[in-house]
Amino acid sequence: MLEVRNVSKNFGSLVAVQNVSLLVQPGELRAIIGPNGAGKTTFFNMISGYFAPSSGTIVFDGEDVTKVPAHRRVGRGMARTFQITEIFPELTVHENVLSAAEVAAGQRLHMWIARADVGRAERVVAEMLALVGLSAKANRLVGELSHGDQRATEIAMALALRPKLLLLDEPTAGMGDQETYEITGLIRRLHRESKFTIVLIEHDMRVVFHLADRITVLDQGRLLAEGTSAEIAGSAAVQAAYLGDAGDAA
Amino acid sequence: MLTLILYNVTNGLMLGAFYVLMALGLSLILNLSNVINFAHGNFLALGAYMALELTKVVGFWGAFLIAPLLTALVGVAVELLMRFVYRRDPVYSLLLTFGLAFVMQGLMLWWWGPAPQEMHMVPALEAPVSADLFFITWYRVFMVAIVIVTVIAVFAFLRYTRVGLRIRAGTLDLDTVAALGVNVKLLRTFNFTMGCLLAGLSGVLATGAIGINPNMGDDLLMPSFIAIIIGGVGSLTGTLFGGLLIGVTAALTAAVYPAASEVVIFVMLVLVLLIRPRGLMGEEGMLS
Amino acid sequence: MSSTATVTGAVDRPAQRRWLPLVAIWLALITAPVWFPLLGGYTALAGSVLVFGLAAMGLNLLLGFTGVLSFGHAAYFGLGAYGAGLTLKYVAASTPLAMLAGTLLGGLGGTLFGLLIVRRRGVYFAMCTIAFGQIFYYIAYKWNDFTGGFDGLRGFHREPIGLGALALDITDGNRFYYFTLVVFTLAVALMGFLLRSPFGRTLRAIRENERRARFLGIPIEQHIWLSFSISCFFTALAGTLYALLNNFADPLALHYSLSGFFVIMAVLGGMRSFWGPLLGAAVFVVLRDFLSSWTVNNWMAFLGAVFMLSVLFFPRGMLGMLKRRGVE
Repeated sequence: MLEVRNVSKNFGSLVAVQNVSLLVQPGELRAIIGPNGAGKTTFFNMISGYFAPSSGTIVFDGEDVTKVPAHRRVGRGMARTFQITEIFPELTVHENVLSAAEVAAGQRLHMWIARADVGRAERVVAEMLALVGLSAKANRLVGELSHGDQRATEIAMALALRPKLLLLDEPTAGMGDQETYEITGLIRRLHRESKFTIVLIEHDMRVVFHLADRITVLDQGRLLAEGTSAEIAGSAAVQAAYLGDAGDAA
Repeated sequence: MLTLILYNVTNGLMLGAFYVLMALGLSLILNLSNVINFAHGNFLALGAYMALELTKVVGFWGAFLIAPLLTALVGVAVELLMRFVYRRDPVYSLLLTFGLAFVMQGLMLWWWGPAPQEMHMVPALEAPVSADLFFITWYRVFMVAIVIVTVIAVFAFLRYTRVGLRIRAGTLDLDTVAALGVNVKLLRTFNFTMGCLLAGLSGVLATGAIGINPNMGDDLLMPSFIAIIIGGVGSLTGTLFGGLLIGVTAALTAAVYPAASEVVIFVMLVLVLLIRPRGLMGEEGMLS
Repeated sequence: MSSTATVTGAVDRPAQRRWLPLVAIWLALITAPVWFPLLGGYTALAGSVLVFGLAAMGLNLLLGFTGVLSFGHAAYFGLGAYGAGLTLKYVAASTPLAMLAGTLLGGLGGTLFGLLIVRRRGVYFAMCTIAFGQIFYYIAYKWNDFTGGFDGLRGFHREPIGLGALALDITDGNRFYYFTLVVFTLAVALMGFLLRSPFGRTLRAIRENERRARFLGIPIEQHIWLSFSISCFFTALAGTLYALLNNFADPLALHYSLSGFFVIMAVLGGMRSFWGPLLGAAVFVVLRDFLSSWTVNNWMAFLGAVFMLSVLFFPRGMLGMLKRRGVE
């Protein structure tokens, strides 16, 4: 589904990501972890097309998308959420998801919209809201909702795009235990029941071990390790990277 | 013939000096506060009028020292108003300075009247450097010298002082600077005031060069804009370079084809926008 | 056409409430030549309100609905005015042709310029729009022989529209007011249609959160360029009406101060509402007329003070404040 080959990113003389490769199978849930400053978000940004890699290639669903701009990758089936939730705060939950559904239906440039299309988009919205559990709050302004609900809205928007690949950037960032539990459950359902291919960045190890099929560990821009949860949990190198990081932080 | 060319070139260089000074002040304010100071030309005029009044009391040199400072003080008052709108959409701060330009113009028009005024220059400065080149007066030499000194002072300040460092950091990422405990409000005020100081200084210098009238700053505003765009928004060095570039180009064009010396600035603008939209020294990330 | 509040454009409010403001506005506009003079105005002033209102509404497509600030829209207004005037003066005595020429000139000028700067944002974008506009101001100002220089372009007037027996003479002030109203209505209807379409909703999405819009798959730059381009066409059309209204086109119609006035009109009336800019234009035109007759020299200062006060204390504009109180 997604293959990243030897991708690097330099910002001037600062090397953020160096020679990282990744292969994600369809239906897999991959977690990208690593201490702070490991380059996870930069890596993510390259996959989603926020900026281009300095070198390396990115192949998505069999096609080279390295030079393809972000909005077109979305069109090809990549949807992402952000660490700081990006939604339309002054619109309702329903309207947020509807805007995604309309774009997915190819309606953004149209000047008029057929009745049938309206119905179809609305059905998608209803379906996605049910999936994330926000049907009851559909008419609330997203800006007024809790953090967890905002994140769920964002996920619903991503889902409304009918993606082949879901990219989630720290989905549990800034959440308390209850909300983390709910979001984790949601992601699990999406993975197990709806069979989405998911790549996520996470700091919360409980979430990672609970969800991931495979884990990729980055450290200081480089690929440190990759394997199943068991392999990573038992890896001395990974532990050293995390502990070393904590030790140096003094 | 040569004299004519030199005459045009001298005028061009003089204008260029003003462009540089004005553009620097505008750029300072733009880079840190994300505000286009539409009233910048009016601050120049204010500096000129203050110099006019002060000369009667403390003589030319006194006026030269005090007028820019007084102008800067007015800048402080204005900046306090701006604080209300910083947090909002940039359109509001632009409209605020836009409205301010009208208010300042109107006030100066009302107080001093529309007729151009003359400033009494120190006789020593009015004398030409040499008998042949009558148009190169000591005043003009003085003016260019002051501009050079000021530019060096500004850059040195930004490079070597703590406040200067904060301003430079602030243009890149004001939030981080705030997070480091710097009083960003004060920093912005200081920066804005510095910009107005430069405008006021330009005004004082302009009294001997282009005469005093309420609209005197307007003709300098647009070239300053263009200097900033050509040099690259976000880069003060770029602005300096841009100001020099258009000043020199205008001067050279004046030597060859005087009627075109104003157009050439616009031509350069279009060329830059076509070929290198981020400006000669602008950085890719400095967009918004 | 009051589709401003919700992105979906779904009819949330009862039909009655939707139609009421529309009807009220049209009634007021249609009967303006009657009541306006009673309040001390005159028909040409009402015409100015329509002209500037259209220009400001055109700008607001970009500013209020797409969230992009242009401070140089007078360039397209002025190009429209000069385009129309020059056509009437040098090419043919045909009002429709003049209007077409002016609108195309301004619209295409904006479209081409938009291509250059569409990747820029924020104040840099605004600065470029100003600088670009000043190019045309400078040309109009200097090219005395062709454009009449500082004194402006004269020597043309409104030509009757149509042929022979069906010709509509619009020289008369009141007649021309209604002609302007018809053009205004058509333009505004088109604008409303665009804004209620998926395209319009996409623009709003860009305004609300550009990054999110991009990651929904919306090509941002393309949409901003389109919005910019369309807004320039509307503003240019307003410019042609300006030339016809005054039988005159002047460089000040190109100056960035007029651009600033358009922005003020939009903000004063309420950027986020469809009719806001028209209301802002009305206030501006009337205020300017009143102030300049009251204090000949200093009206600019008072006008500037009004701008500053409204920015400081009424950022949402008049209609913005009214909407706050209503239920949405």
